[in-house]
Amino acid sequence: MSKQFQFKLVLLGESAVGKSSLVLRFVKDQFDDYRESTIGAAFLTQTVTLEDQTTVKFEIWDTAGQERYKSLAPMYYRNANCAVVVYDITQSTSLEKAKSWIRELQRQADPNIVIALCGNKLDLAARRQVSQEEAKKYAEEEGLMWGETSAKTGEGVSDIFTSIAKKLPLTAPPSARAGARAGPARTGVDLNKQAAAGQGQGEQCNC
Amino acid sequence: MDRNDYYGGDSASLNLTQLYRKFRPDQAVPQDLGRDRDYAVDLIPKFIIASGELTRILVHTDVTRYLEFKQIAGSFVYRDGKISKVPSTEMEAVKSPLMGLFEKRRAKKFFEFLQNWKDEDPATHQGIDLDKDTMAQVYEKFGLEPGTQDFIGHAMALYLDDDYKKGIARPTYERIVLYTSSMARYGKSPYIYPLYGLGELPQAFARLSAIYGGTYMLDKPIDEIVTDADGKFVGVRSGNETVKAKQVVGDPSYFGAGKSAEGGKVRVVEEGKVVRAICFLKHPIPGTDDADSAQIIIPQNQVGRRNDIYIACVSSTHNVCAKDVYVAIVSTIVETDRPEQELAPGLQLLGPIHDKFVSVSSLYTPTSGGEADNIFITRSYDATSHFETVVEDVQNVWKRMNGKDLVLKKREVNVEA
Repeated sequence: MSKQFQFKLVLLGESAVGKSSLVLRFVKDQFDDYRESTIGAAFLTQTVTLEDQTTVKFEIWDTAGQERYKSLAPMYYRNANCAVVVYDITQSTSLEKAKSWIRELQRQADPNIVIALCGNKLDLAARRQVSQEEAKKYAEEEGLMWGETSAKTGEGVSDIFTSIAKKLPLTAPPSARAGARAGPARTGVDLNKQAAAGQGQGEQCNC
Repeated sequence: MDRNDYYGGDSASLNLTQLYRKFRPDQAVPQDLGRDRDYAVDLIPKFIIASGELTRILVHTDVTRYLEFKQIAGSFVYRDGKISKVPSTEMEAVKSPLMGLFEKRRAKKFFEFLQNWKDEDPATHQGIDLDKDTMAQVYEKFGLEPGTQDFIGHAMALYLDDDYKKGIARPTYERIVLYTSSMARYGKSPYIYPLYGLGELPQAFARLSAIYGGTYMLDKPIDEIVTDADGKFVGVRSGNETVKAKQVVGDPSYFGAGKSAEGGKVRVVEEGKVVRAICFLKHPIPGTDDADSAQIIIPQNQVGRRNDIYIACVSSTHNVCAKDVYVAIVSTIVETDRPEQELAPGLQLLGPIHDKFVSVSSLYTPTSGGEADNIFITRSYDATSHFETVVEDVQNVWKRMNGKDLVLKKREVNVEA
């Protein structure tokens, strides 16, 4: 029997480095040249199947523009199992920004979080400002995974998510819901179950 | 825009560093309370009524996908020097130590009357007209003692004072029904509470808004509300940047908070004060059966006051503090010039208090609706123990801004789940 695991993955990085495009390529295998800032999707999900038939389902949280103006909430990082921190290989400042996001993750997120540093826009390698050596060296120093991708051509995209899937601790019991509630299953009350309970007033005395 | 570097303003939940920065800026955070990041201490003590209006909005807007809720383990009321569970059905009333034998019979009849009431069936009315008779008359008909009226009016209908008795009975009837139906929904108490604290609510709504294109700026001081010659809203200035908009909405702290703002215009006035004591305990509140969370209401009559004293307690079960720590907030409306002393009957119920942070906050209300100058101001968070009045205020602001009621329509089914 194959096992399924579910994890919360958060995206970080400067605006316009291609965070949403990367997810769109990974989840829907699409690319849009004139993509506006992220609007409309709470989070996306995509499943990766590993060689041993284990499936890893990612619940992917996009920043929804909240990375601007210092307004990402603690809720965003909370219980994230993995993070993809994206920079644009044609903008050296975006790597500096990525480094500060990584520091933020190390401060705010779970200490066991798996972090991948991802240099996007590989299709624009002719205008490269960030060398592979530089990024790779930094990633090694910080103990991060590293890869380069092109959301436009699709190059490297599934590789980076698959590598993350392989690195996640696939020992915990499969959880019903995403990483946000990984570990012990949801123990809270279900607000949506109101219709059933509403009529129970008479029978359900608390004695 | 928010001047703080955290979401939620007065309804935020703070970690220890933030809490100390706010209340004791000159003190270092003590080491004996555990990890800073385990804390999310609410600034206002409120719970969510399980069948209330806020729950409906949470479900409707789907922000529940970001939130997880737990029950509050118990709802208690203070009578004659000790606390007891609030009975919510005729069955519980019969068992409750709150009442003597004969009073129980009368209370049972009263609860049966409420449960059986049907507007269209006069046989269930027992001669009472909820829209004409006062609540005092209804109590009198069932012969309920003042102490019983205290727990019904204050711990179930959740009135802060006794003025409701003079009004018609229907609003009280509706509040009791809301309490009992909320109680029936999950069992232990009529209240639910978000894991990681109330500050999760503004974060969840902010994320929802961002997903639909909203922009948030934290840690952004607001230096001036810019108006034109007629006093109409133009924009908001922060440093040397001014952002322009047609309308502005904000809490009273951004609009002078009692002092006259630019141009001498007073936009908000104080209508009372609330005193709140945030207490760290190393044990559950005595008399609550070691409940991991509780609400305790001390009806005003019981301690010779005009306003009730509330205690709201949560713990590590709700991911708001370190293990074996309990956070209890005691609050009431200020009646004297020694507000902290007014909390004494509540503080006494807590047992040894490890540490406490006392603050007095003014309750502000806007001087005008905002339709004339496009400046829409909310009311301060009041002393009630729940969010129903906050939701009313939001609906009211919406109506003032848009000229029509906020209607939560059924949406198309979401494409992305």
